Amino acid sequence: MNSLTADGLQKTYGKTRALDGFDLAVPSGVIHGLLGPNGAGKTTAVKALATLIDVDAGAATVAGFDVRGQAPQVRRRIGLIGQHAAVDEILGGRQNLVMFGRLFGLSTSDARKRAEELLAVFGLTEAAERAVSTYSGGMRRRLDIAAGLVMTPAVLFLDEPTTGLDPRARNEVWQSVREIAARGTTVLLTTQYLDEADQLAARISVMNHGRVIAEGTPDELKRQVGGDRVTVTLPLRTPLDHVAERLSRAVGAPAVADDDAHSLTFEIGLGALADVVRGLDELRIEPEDLVLRRPTLDEAFLALTAGASR
Amino acid sequence: MMTLRAGWIMTQRELAHWARQPWTPIFGLLFSIMLLLVFGFLFGGAITVPGGGDYITFLLPGMLALSMMFGVESTATAMANDARKGITDRFRSMPIGSSSVALGRVGADMANSAVELFVLILGGLLIGWRISSDPPSVALAVVLLLWLRFAMLWIGIFVGLSFRGDGATMAVQVLVWPIGFLSTAIVSAETMPGWLGAIAAWNPLSATASAARELFGNPTGITSGPLADGAVWLALAWPLVLTAVFLPLSARAYRRLRA
Repeated sequence: MNSLTADGLQKTYGKTRALDGFDLAVPSGVIHGLLGPNGAGKTTAVKALATLIDVDAGAATVAGFDVRGQAPQVRRRIGLIGQHAAVDEILGGRQNLVMFGRLFGLSTSDARKRAEELLAVFGLTEAAERAVSTYSGGMRRRLDIAAGLVMTPAVLFLDEPTTGLDPRARNEVWQSVREIAARGTTVLLTTQYLDEADQLAARISVMNHGRVIAEGTPDELKRQVGGDRVTVTLPLRTPLDHVAERLSRAVGAPAVADDDAHSLTFEIGLGALADVVRGLDELRIEPEDLVLRRPTLDEAFLALTAGASR
Repeated sequence: MMTLRAGWIMTQRELAHWARQPWTPIFGLLFSIMLLLVFGFLFGGAITVPGGGDYITFLLPGMLALSMMFGVESTATAMANDARKGITDRFRSMPIGSSSVALGRVGADMANSAVELFVLILGGLLIGWRISSDPPSVALAVVLLLWLRFAMLWIGIFVGLSFRGDGATMAVQVLVWPIGFLSTAIVSAETMPGWLGAIAAWNPLSATASAARELFGNPTGITSGPLADGAVWLALAWPLVLTAVFLPLSARAYRRLRA
């Protein structure tokens, strides 16, 4: 069964079409990535699914309940972790979690028990009494995520959870998200970081201009943008444009030059690798480096979003 | 039941804020006391009360009403901060109603203002203010002052939710001064030019200040006009009107967050 569905969601702010036929289907218990450039409508989509905004048209369900007609039922089953660390900065970590637990209807003693569990899981027990304003960015984010998990939601919305975090804090958040999904919670993760989606998400929806323009596993998306790539890094004394022209004739594919890396990249199949080597040989060039690789998600993303803008 | 419980949890949140940062409410109190001293002693010597009477005795009920009105600022700031930090969105994604959020605000701000009123009354008594009426009148005066604060709450919630930027709270902070001073809270309307006095007399703050003076048995500085006979009724009516306007507007502003 699908934990999240959206069918043709429309949302207009003035002249801006924030959502323009947004579709989604996410099965239970997986991490689904929502990827897109700034202003693609990711946050609007999350807000619509989390019952924070009314859409103009379309239908959506969360955990089997209609977001428009059954908002209270939806709210009992979701956790929302927005772009701001939405916790009370004056209070301590424990006070925050107890407060949110009680607001969800737990008794004070149950809320305390749950708070202790979450503090332990997120490594915040020692800092539990301190005011949140003294926490590091990563700690604050972890508390924010813990606050979204007070009721072990069926669906968790994570809107750019690692923006502004250092790599170590980011890894900690990733680990938490994996554990949450492993316990059966469906996670909708929006992000601008492709490696984040690549690392975490089972499937990815690429968004642009308020709608989904591609959907699939990270590998499927990478395959959509074409074959493997060969990157040749040349010695610095070799003129890049001169070689680019002659080598692309030999390979039969255009070269993409990277001046900083002093490298040329060709989008070709495995068989064409020999052509590159032969071409280099003819030019009597000894490359610094020669790599055959799959397209990255970045390349897939750029190709997809560029195509949709045109 | 659920609404009341959630409202109480929200109120406790604010009370916990005081325990964590006691300086915020204490600073607010010191500010009110400072205003009292500035007007009572610095300017007070140069002010005479029409109809006679000691200025401190005239001033104090006015300062109490003024501090209730200034409460609009803390309400608006608290609402705007929660909205800006995403806390309002988190509450909205939880199974608690808008009435709980409002109730928490009401509980916290009314408790805060009740304490402020108590401290200012004590401070007033220390600098020579005297109450010369019976306990039921005094109780009614306190109720009317808190009633004004209650009306200010809805203005504060409306402003805090509708204009979420820093600009809104700044505007409120600046605007409360002319609105507060263009009233009979500090000087009698009868010492002002006629047209200005008329505006001041119709300020809701003036109704509450004059009613409090009457009920505390203090000089009112009023010899004629609507405030002379009906201050208590006006002090009941004005906050009712303001609440009737701004409570629905606040509810609408909360719903419009969904737009």
